[in-house]
This record gives sequence, structure tokens and C-alpha cells, in this order.
Amino acid sequence: MMRLLPWLYLAAMFTFIYLPVGVLVLFSFQDGGLPVPPVEGLSLRWYADILTDRRLVDALTNSLIVAISSGAVAVVLGFCAAYALARHVLPGAALLRGLLIAPLTVSYLIVGLGLLMVMNRLGIGLSLWTAGIGHVVINLPICFAIIYASMGAQHKNAERAARDLGANEAQVVLLVTVPMLAPAILAAFFLSVTLSWDEFIIAFLLTRFDVTLPVEIWNLLRSGLSPRLNAVGSIVFLVSVTTVLVLELLVFRRRRS
Amino acid sequence: MNARRETLRGWGFAAPALIWTALLFVVPFAVMGAMSLAVLDGRTLIWGLHFDNYAALTEKAYLLRAIFVSLEITVTVTVVSILLAYPLAWVIAFHVPPRWQRLVLLLTILPFWTSYVVRSYAWLLVLAREGVVNTALTGLGLTAEPVTLASTRFATVTGFVHFFVMLLTLTIYANLIQLSPNYRRAAMDLGASAFQTFRHVILPLTLPGIMTGAFLTFVLCIGDYITPQILGGNNELTVPQVIMVQLGRRADFPLASALAIVLMAIVTLAYLGFARWLRLDRV
Amino acid sequence: MTATVTVEALDHWFGELHALKDIVLEIEAGEYVTLLGPSGCGKTTLLSILGGFLDPSRGRVLIGGRDMTHVPPAKRPTTTMFQDYALFPHMSLRDNVAFGLRMGGMARRARHARADEMLDLVGLAADGSRRPHELSGGQRQRVALARALAVQPEVLLLDEPLGALDLKLRRSMQDELKAIQRRVGTTFVHVTHDQEEAMAIADRIVVMNAGRIEDAGSPSRIYRRPATLFAAGFMGEMNRIPARTTGDGIETPFGPLAMAAPVTGDLVLCLRPEAILQGEGTAGTLDMGRAEVLDVAFFGTHCRAHLRPEAAPDLVLVAHLPPADPPEAGKHLTLSAQAKDLTLYPKEA
Repeated sequence: MMRLLPWLYLAAMFTFIYLPVGVLVLFSFQDGGLPVPPVEGLSLRWYADILTDRRLVDALTNSLIVAISSGAVAVVLGFCAAYALARHVLPGAALLRGLLIAPLTVSYLIVGLGLLMVMNRLGIGLSLWTAGIGHVVINLPICFAIIYASMGAQHKNAERAARDLGANEAQVVLLVTVPMLAPAILAAFFLSVTLSWDEFIIAFLLTRFDVTLPVEIWNLLRSGLSPRLNAVGSIVFLVSVTTVLVLELLVFRRRRS
Repeated sequence: MNARRETLRGWGFAAPALIWTALLFVVPFAVMGAMSLAVLDGRTLIWGLHFDNYAALTEKAYLLRAIFVSLEITVTVTVVSILLAYPLAWVIAFHVPPRWQRLVLLLTILPFWTSYVVRSYAWLLVLAREGVVNTALTGLGLTAEPVTLASTRFATVTGFVHFFVMLLTLTIYANLIQLSPNYRRAAMDLGASAFQTFRHVILPLTLPGIMTGAFLTFVLCIGDYITPQILGGNNELTVPQVIMVQLGRRADFPLASALAIVLMAIVTLAYLGFARWLRLDRV
Repeated sequence: MTATVTVEALDHWFGELHALKDIVLEIEAGEYVTLLGPSGCGKTTLLSILGGFLDPSRGRVLIGGRDMTHVPPAKRPTTTMFQDYALFPHMSLRDNVAFGLRMGGMARRARHARADEMLDLVGLAADGSRRPHELSGGQRQRVALARALAVQPEVLLLDEPLGALDLKLRRSMQDELKAIQRRVGTTFVHVTHDQEEAMAIADRIVVMNAGRIEDAGSPSRIYRRPATLFAAGFMGEMNRIPARTTGDGIETPFGPLAMAAPVTGDLVLCLRPEAILQGEGTAGTLDMGRAEVLDVAFFGTHCRAHLRPEAAPDLVLVAHLPPADPPEAGKHLTLSAQAKDLTLYPKEA
């Protein structure tokens, strides 16, 4: 019995961890009207329902657009900053690094609140753009940290060799630095995309008419429990997991070779 | 000449990110600070050095209550999550065959990637009066009537613990796996029982991992709006919920800002408390 | 405290891999024994079994005459000194050394006093309050030794304890280990892959290869008259001269040899570089005839020369010649060797 204890605990914890996900996916196939027991037969009608829901599909597309574009901006800015601080001697470098990392230490609610107030005062209307801007603010530190940590000495020597062979700065960066750091850059990008894709509070505060998926789901919650939400949630889960698996294969497969 | 060009180029590369952070993070932060010292008179915003918002914290009972609720929930969540996550990390690190550990770990944290909103919603389903837990309880004859689980503090804590157990399992596992197996062997060799080995050797050496995770849990939990809003019902509100109320109903940005600053102050105090363990320890 | 160690018919498998093959070993109480061999020979596996960290697939381990085969490390009268020392980083040196005593239930003052005694034994008396990370490799190793000896084990097991140290430090630590063992009287079993270390330290060397014991004996006996070809080659540089049994003796490129052959057929005649003598032999020696000097290198205590004998032009011999007045390349020397320095082995497939 004692020998089984670790495995029993593992099983119990896994049950706890997967309980909500299991319920979510199971009752997305619910034939009845409420996503609660008993299961009244299996059907795909809720998936059909949400895939034809204009607002949801729009929200999903919006999420993707915001995630990918804010991720891209965050990665480019983060890369440039990492390159600057790792390869050049700048005064107050420690302070600059601290500044770039700072947004990580603050709750997203506060970041969103601050931006909301600034937008209000400046009379800038809320939209997907403002949400995207907020996402860059929270993802930039992560991209910077990941890429900065990967810029090692061996990369420096490769860059020196390239300069030695006649490459100008732009060529060094584009043809040598970026390809060498591809795993870190991709990791940072995918992480930013995943975080933006799932992010609620900043998107909630900084959008108005066009919203992202988490915000739309939130709006749907107002109308009560429904298998529609289960279906949406299951799809979101599927997309996120796929992205993570892609990340795992891209980054860790690369590292093994 | 060359050095100067290089430095300029460095600044050139760093500038975009620095400007972005300065304009879109530092400035809003400063604005929020100033806003917390402003006052709302009907519909007009009056800037200045008013401490009314901060005074309100001591005067208005519901504000003080919110701070206590937030702290109580956060501390409970942190402690429970650690107590559940540590044995889980232990089992994965020491009982699961090494080949399978990465996979099991990945499976453990996979639900991380359900959307945060969706996950809280899912717990609502699980804990609802007609949900799976109640169905199981009444079905097994353990209770006569469905128990109110959703829209309670219990639901909020459960939702949080679910999320943070995954996070803490990760950080504690990373710490455990790093320990040389010879520490355990040496302890056992010198006569320590399994429990003594844990108490005198493993636990102290994993304290950094636990504390880092605990700090992360504390900070993320106390600043979260979604989980208490979906699962907590409306009987008691946490600080983030109160902030959002101020924004919604009365557009009382000054009070909301003051509350946000207070939230930050609590987090800073927590950081100072945890600072000892957040420095990298030599192992 | 001290005890004998007896290993009976020990076999161990790691899945398909037959790591230890029929190991039989008798160690006397108070002996300093080294397990010597290349990586993968099974010496560390054997040590783990002696320490109780592995249960052998077959066979028995007796310590002090008592069957300890399946007794866990905590209850066994052995302690192990690990290769990475495994000092507890969060404890002071004194608490590290006192750990075993604490587990045994000793009160604080008593165990701290004893810990300080042990630290004094290894020369770190004043450092009790410091932490492991403040020490150098050599100092940490001494603390590990003190910690292992504090519980007064009957047998101390050392897993390549000197591997992480540089040469000079290694040499001085070898002397210290030997001195401490003499003082304490505990049986030491020391694993190493360095044959010089084994010779410097051990009362007896056990040479292992591919899971088997190739030879066991005093350093001088194993060096001069090794039991197997592997042991011969592992203990130091060796010249291998092909030989064959004939109808009434042994035939070598240098003429017949009056020695007992271990088997009939192809043989290998082994000769240490320092056993090659210049000049014609006397009665009872093997005359090797003239040889051309190919190259000479000065090594301080000797000159290492490669020589091609005229009687066997395919062969290149390595010889250690006296350091004064080394011969030049191209010169011819007359070589011989004494019968007592020659060993014969069956030729390996």
C-alpha cells in the first residue's frame, strides 16, 4: 500500500488538474441545453453554432491578429534592445536592463489601468490597436530577457569573424546574429503570442467595439452557462496546446541537434 | 572614433524598446500616481495633492475589508498550493522514471493553456449546484441536497489553487531535479531515515524554489480580477474587483489609482519579505 | 572501528549488461585496498554494493562476518566518501561532520566536540563555522573524510576521492589518506583508475576489467609478476614480445627460453622498460642481441628510448636507460634481460 502511495497521489492530483478541462471538453458535446450532468447524448451542434457566430469568429480573428502582430513587435524591439545591451557598452546598462524588465513586476491590471487613463486624457479611442500596444508593453520584457540571456560569447566570436570577413553591420545582424539566435527568437515570439492570445484584463480595459476572444467569452458569460462556451473554450485550448507543441518541437528539437 | 560610433549604434538599437517602455509604461505609471492624488468632484477631475483617496481607505469599511479579503485569500492559496504542489513535484522527480519525467511534467501543466477566463468558467461548471461535484456527492449519497460551492470564497480559492499548483509544481520540480543524488545518499549513508533526510537536507535545499514559487503565487494571486469575479460571488470583493467597480460605475479614476498604488505597495512589501530567498543560493 | 569484508560469488546485472562476474574477495580488517581499473570495469558498482546502495543480483557481502547483503546504507557499518563530496551546502562544516552523530541521537555538545576532533584530524580545526562553498576542492575533500569517519565506521568506502584535484594536491592527499588510515585503523576500500595512485597508497591492489577481478595482491607483486596480460598492461608500460611453444620449450625471436609455459601455442612474453639491461647477459639471462636506437627522450629520472632489435626487426622495444650519457639515435646497443623480470601469458584472441 505504501509503495502505491506516490502513484495514488499522482492520480489524485491529475484528476484535480484535469477536472475542469475534462468537464469543459466533455460538455461541449452535450446535446442538451446545459453544460452540466447528465450527458444527454453527443452532438457537434455547439461547435457549428459558434463557428457560425459572427462575433465569435471575429473575436477569434482579432485575437490572432493582435497576438501575432504584438508578438512580432515585441520580438523585434526586444531583439534590438538585447543586441544593444549585450554587444555594446552603454552607460547605466544595469539601470536600462532594469527599466526594460520593470513591467514584469507589475500586475497586468495596473498596466492596463495606466494606459487607459493616458488614452482617455489624450482622447485616443480604444480599439484593437490600443490592446495590442498594451500587449507589447507586457511582452517586451519577456522577449528582451529571453534573447538577452541567449546572447553568449560564442555568438560574439561568430559576429567578429563575419566583420573580419568584410560584412557591414546590417549584414552581420541579419545574416549571422539573427539566424544564430533563431531558437531564442522563436521561443520569445511564441511565448508572446501565447500570452497575448490568452490575455484578458488589458484587452478588456483597452478595447471597445472590436474585442479579442477572451473578452468576447467574458461577455458571453453574462448570459449564463451554455455548452457554447464549452465549445469555444475547447477550441481555444486546442489552439494553445498546438502552439506549445510547435514551440517544444522547434526549440527543443533544435537544441538537441 | 570607432568606439563612439559603436556606442551611438548601441543607443540606436536600444532606443525603440526604451522609448516604448518609457512612454507606454513609465508615463502611464506616473499618471496613475498623480491621479491617485487627484479628486473627483461630480464629473470634474481636480488635480493636485489631495490625499482623500488614501484617507478613504481607512474611513470606508468596504475598502479596508477588500484589502483583508485579498490578503486572506492570497495567503490561503499560497499555503495550500505549496502543500499540494511539493509532493507532486517530488513524485515526478523521484518516482517517475527519468525518461518519462518531461512528458509527465508537460501533462501536469498542459491545462495552463486553457484560456484563463475559460478555466475559471470551467470551475464554475464543476462546482455549480447542478455540476459534476454535486452530482457525485448526491449520487453517492454523501449529501441529501446539492451544496453551494460556486460563487463562494471556496470556489475562488479552488480556482486559484488549481492554477498555482501547476506553476509551483514546475518551480519546485526544477529545484528538486537539480539536487545531486549524492546528497540523499550521503544522508542515508550517515544513518538518516527517509524523513530525516527530507527534513534536514532536502527541504532546506529546496527552500529557494518554494519561496520563489510562493512569491510568484502571491503577486499573481493578489492582482487577479478574473477568478474572484467569476467564482467568488458578490458577497465579498477583492481589491482588483473593487478597482474595477470604481472604474465601471462612477469612473472614479482617482480612487481606482489609489487602490492600484496600494496593491503595488503590498506587492513591494511581499518582495522585501521574500527577498532573502529570491537571490540565487549557492548549491 | 574496523572489520573484515568478504565478497562471495557476487554477480550483478544492469538489465542486459553483466556488470560484475563472479567476484570473490577477502579483505582483512585494517587493510587499505584499492579497486583499480578502467572506466566501466565495475569497480564503482562493486563499491556501491559494498555500501548498500545497490542490491546485488546474486552473491553475498559479509562485513565482520555478518551477512550485510541486503542491509540499507543507514544500518550498515560502512560510510562512503562520494566523488563530488556531497557536503550539505546549507550547513556549517561542524554540522556537516556532526550530521551522522546527530542521526545517531548524540546530544549537541557531545557531537560538536567530536566533530571538532575530526576536523582537527584532517587539519581544519579552526574552520568549523565556515560553509562548504568557502572552501577549496582539497579542503572539501578533507571535510568529507572527517564526516565519514566521525561515525566510526568499520569500513570506509572512497569513490575516486582524488579525481577532482590537481597533480600536486593529489600526491599530498595520497600521503594524508594513508597516514589517517594508519591512525584510525579502519578498513579502507578506495576506487581509482590511476595505477600510480593505487601503488602509492594501497596495502593490496585489486585490478578489475570488464566485471572481473584480473589480479589481486601487493603493489610490488602485481607490478613485477602480474597474473594476467591485462593487469600487466594496466600497471605500467610493458614490452610485448611474441613467442611460441615448440616441442621441447619456448621459442622467441631472440632464441629459446627455458621457462614454464602457461599453455601450448602462441604466447606473449612481457618485459618492463626498466628491466631491459645494456650489455651481454650472464647465465640465466635472455640475450636480445643488438638493437638500433630509434629515438631518445629525457625524463629526469631516466631516458626513454625506442629500440629496434636486429633479431626482430618488426618489433619496437621501449626501454628506460640511465639518465646520464644517453645514446644518440642511430647508435647500436646490446640488450639483455634477467629471467626473473620475464613473464609469459597466453596470447589473447
